[in-house]
Amino acid sequence: MSAKRKQVEEQDVLGKAYDSKLARRLWGYVGDQKKKLFASVGLLLLGATAELAGPWLSKIAIDRYIVDKDVSGLYKIVIIFVIVSALALALRWSQSYLTGEAGQIIMYRMRRDVFEKMQRLSIPYFDRNPVGKLMTRVTSDVQALYELFGSGMVAIFGDIFTLIGITAVMFAINWKLALLTLSVIPILLLVTFAFRKRVRDLYRKTRSQIANLNGYLQENIIGMRVVQLFGRERANHERFKSLSGDLKQTYLKTIFNYALFFPAVELVSALAVAIIIWGGGSMMLTGAVTVGTLVAFIQYVERFYRPVRDLAEKYNILQAAMAASERVFQVLDHPIEVPDTSALDYVEKTEVDAPLIEFRNVWFAYRGDEWVLKDVSFDIREGESVAVVGATGAGKTTIISLLQRFYDVQQGEILLHGRNIREIPLQELRAMLGLVLQDVFVFAGTIAENIRYGKADASDEEVRETSELVLANRFIEKLPGKYAEPVVERGATLSTGQRQLLAFARALLCRPKILVLDEATASIDTETEQTIQEAISRVLEGRTSIIIAHRLSTIQRCNRILVLHHGVLREQGTHEELLAQGGIYHRLYQLQFGLGEAA
Amino acid sequence: MKSLRLLIPYLKVYRREITWGCIAALISTALYALAPWALKLAVDDLQTGISARQLAYYAGLFVGLAAVGGVFRYAMRMWLIGMSRKVEQDLRDRIFGHLQKQPASFYNQNRTGDLMSRMTNDLDNVRNVLGPGFMYPIETISTAVFSIAMMLWISPTLTLITLLLAPPVSYSVFKLGRVTHKLTTRIQEQYSRLSDQAQENLSGARVVRAYSQEERELAKFDQLNQEYVRRNLSMTRVQALFFPLMGFLFEIGAAIILLVGGLGIIRGSLSLGDFVAFVGYLGMLAWPMIAVGWVANLLQRGAASMVRIQNLLDTEPEIVSSSQPSSARASAGEIVFENVSVSHDGVREALQDVSFKVRPGETIAIVGRTGSGKSTLVGLLPRLIDPSKGRVLIDGVATNEWNLDELRKQVGMVPQDAFLFSSTVKENLTFGAPEASETEMLEAASISRIDKDVAQFADGYETMVGERGLTLSGGQKGRLTLARALVRDPSILILDDALSAVDTHTEEEILRGLREFMKGRTSILIAHRVSTVRDADCIYVLDQGRIVESGTHEELIALGGYYADLDHRQSLEQELEMES
Repeated sequence: MSAKRKQVEEQDVLGKAYDSKLARRLWGYVGDQKKKLFASVGLLLLGATAELAGPWLSKIAIDRYIVDKDVSGLYKIVIIFVIVSALALALRWSQSYLTGEAGQIIMYRMRRDVFEKMQRLSIPYFDRNPVGKLMTRVTSDVQALYELFGSGMVAIFGDIFTLIGITAVMFAINWKLALLTLSVIPILLLVTFAFRKRVRDLYRKTRSQIANLNGYLQENIIGMRVVQLFGRERANHERFKSLSGDLKQTYLKTIFNYALFFPAVELVSALAVAIIIWGGGSMMLTGAVTVGTLVAFIQYVERFYRPVRDLAEKYNILQAAMAASERVFQVLDHPIEVPDTSALDYVEKTEVDAPLIEFRNVWFAYRGDEWVLKDVSFDIREGESVAVVGATGAGKTTIISLLQRFYDVQQGEILLHGRNIREIPLQELRAMLGLVLQDVFVFAGTIAENIRYGKADASDEEVRETSELVLANRFIEKLPGKYAEPVVERGATLSTGQRQLLAFARALLCRPKILVLDEATASIDTETEQTIQEAISRVLEGRTSIIIAHRLSTIQRCNRILVLHHGVLREQGTHEELLAQGGIYHRLYQLQFGLGEAA
Repeated sequence: MKSLRLLIPYLKVYRREITWGCIAALISTALYALAPWALKLAVDDLQTGISARQLAYYAGLFVGLAAVGGVFRYAMRMWLIGMSRKVEQDLRDRIFGHLQKQPASFYNQNRTGDLMSRMTNDLDNVRNVLGPGFMYPIETISTAVFSIAMMLWISPTLTLITLLLAPPVSYSVFKLGRVTHKLTTRIQEQYSRLSDQAQENLSGARVVRAYSQEERELAKFDQLNQEYVRRNLSMTRVQALFFPLMGFLFEIGAAIILLVGGLGIIRGSLSLGDFVAFVGYLGMLAWPMIAVGWVANLLQRGAASMVRIQNLLDTEPEIVSSSQPSSARASAGEIVFENVSVSHDGVREALQDVSFKVRPGETIAIVGRTGSGKSTLVGLLPRLIDPSKGRVLIDGVATNEWNLDELRKQVGMVPQDAFLFSSTVKENLTFGAPEASETEMLEAASISRIDKDVAQFADGYETMVGERGLTLSGGQKGRLTLARALVRDPSILILDDALSAVDTHTEEEILRGLREFMKGRTSILIAHRVSTVRDADCIYVLDQGRIVESGTHEELIALGGYYADLDHRQSLEQELEMES
């Protein structure tokens, strides 16, 4: 009775409810939890049987003891009734827990595997898939699979068994009355499935409307300053009201369906009882049916509805779970575009004469044949400081990404000490590079934790020294908690400049062999920038560095400058040489200092 | 629970729905409560002999009661649950409107996620109070009243014995509900920790890779994941009990009726029909007994949520439009700062005693170290913040005496972080001036040098940008936000380090185009480079919230302070390079 009225939310559904290939794979995932699942099916069958006994025991009590006025027999049967009910409770409870537990454990593994896979996937994958989508894989898709293992699969057996059981018992008691009574079943199925389908469609619509509304809301909260600056309050409020009103309309439609459905089901079961009264009553008059049978039938009819409704629901769960598992497996099966080299096969060998870094005829495109780098060749010797300049989109940042092996080149090769970087374990390779990127990513935690990010075991002393080196200590020591000051997600409480100082400290703490700065000083005022550069030149004496900057002043002290233009390495040399050449660099330089219009 | 009274004003709007809904609830439960009675009559008559016609009559009566009762039940749901969704929408729209009035400081104090959860989870809890929390008690009470009345009529003793079940059922549902809620909260806490970490890890994938922190991240995640499962399992233990336990209690009720009712029949004090009707009433009462405990939980949760929502609605916006806006104005674009101080936290001052004047049409520049108060200073003009001391006058009127909309219409601000909405390029451009003509929009796009970029987008100005569209580069975003400000045709233009992500060449082009635009408008440029600011009518140097230097480029050079040093260093580099 109670469960009838509980609204059950459905998952977003796509795809079909059953796919044998997927099912086999999912079954493989169950692993050692299979025992638990089998055991719960067993417990469930026993529990359902115990539950079925109730009306049948009532029938016996009425026909055999009450009508015959056998008081001791009545006591006996009531005691049996209570024992059977207690048994049903114990069986159902343990079964529920066992399935839940198995489901949780399977879900845990699946989530761990998906996350682990995401740690292995290469950067191109992250370029193509927005974070929100990836989050869905780790969170709600895995959750949908829990529904499948935790309640769906096992319960389906239970529901089918209950339906078969009720039918069988009814037929055993009186097959004619059973046939009559069960004639309402098609109506019940029809009503239930029609309702399910309509509610499912509405549910999908609701989900997408909620997503739209919340998306709009979030955007407005984040960008409220802009909304206010541009006087858009009224217009945006109207838009919000209309989204919110649309959602309400869909809810009202859903309510309409539920409001129709519940009374309809009551009506169908009333119809069944009426049939029992009329048909069973007529049979009773001829003596073909006892009054106990009538009572038992009425009670069985009331128990018929729940499994039918559950099955309709389970179908949706199954569908959602299949769709979710397909998405999860897609992640798990995704090939790793930049495969790592096993550290075991790696023998560090340094060719004495080879330059530290060498780009040899490198061609690279993010997509198809839109070449971002075209036949780029250069080398950087140990201890050299090299700047890469060029207009936006010239391919400067790409060079850094390639060096880190976020991507593999399509043609040509990148060598480190004369060795192709594909042969170097990623961890070794990346440990050599210290990066301070344009967009500083700060993790939630404390200032010190952020500085320690690449070297968790660094001492407090080391953290402080490094911060002093890059002058980050100036702002850190002004914070109430100093190094222990908490930083929120994305470092929203810090200014751009402060975030960059933090990134400097983080990179330098690892004492990288090669320091890479990408536009890193764009938002730090000149004074801080110069001090940092002095600090860097001190720290990195004898270290190689690559600096990318739009501002030429940042790169004045470099040994060599590479000028990229539309993916081609156009000029290369010292500042003086390039100025003398009167080429692209010369033009960039003039613009920077306002010494004349573009040549 | 008192906080639920705060809902009364919202409910008053729907007085009609609520009244009709309650009436429908009463009628439907009364009709449903008659059904077991009809069953009793049929069974009793079957014992004593009955015609086939009479049987059909009873069957018809039974179906008829369900049909007519169903119509009223339908009406009840439509009115009462429908009302809850309407109130939900009213509340949601109201909160949104309230949020729009809150100043920047509010958003610095309140995290987006918290505000979102007020408008999702908390609102949902309140909605549950209005829907199920309203409907079920009415349904429950009337069902209980009608069925118990009928039961008492049949057999007072059996009724009292059966009703002994009600307290344990309601209490255990209430208890289980409370435990469930506590566990759910713990699970949700862990879930948000888990997803926070995943989100951070996935957004920072490049940093994780660059520092080879995959293993550590994995270990961190695994720990959170394990704890999450642990918490879920304690929930499973409780949840697994719920339905079996309810079923068991119901069976115990059936057993009691079987025993006591059976004994009554044997003694002749009850008929078999009475017994059948009793079983029917037990079925009807099962749900109300469960509902009492369940609804108690809904109300508790809803009350707590309503407190949070009300707290939000009670937050008075710190910055409100003047109720009597002053209309006396000097020429458009004049700015005066009179001894202005600003403190974000009431302790440290971000600006200290700043005074200066900008004549209409002038261009001033502000330079200074990171954190010296530059952004705070310009934020005062459109009243993103208010001064804690002193006042800011625009066109001779203090900012807090302006009509806020009017004031902000005067100011075109290009903030440091380029925030764009996920809609089309065009909608973003005309964000602050929906009535702007195509020509005006294109002109702004051309000055900002975003026009060529847009021309390369697949759908031109109709291209979607932001989260669900094209991802723009930092430079493109900066130029788009600049154009957005220009379209508004402001009398005061503020560039808060807006071009830092734009390369020098483009910046130079933009500045050249802007010079034309800036004619006749007051402009404030915040920048780091001397080359950007040297042409300004006056340059102010900020240090720790104070103006330490001011004057033209030449004057400041002559002064020999911070600015001169800045220029000296920048030109020294230049000279050094020139010599060699």
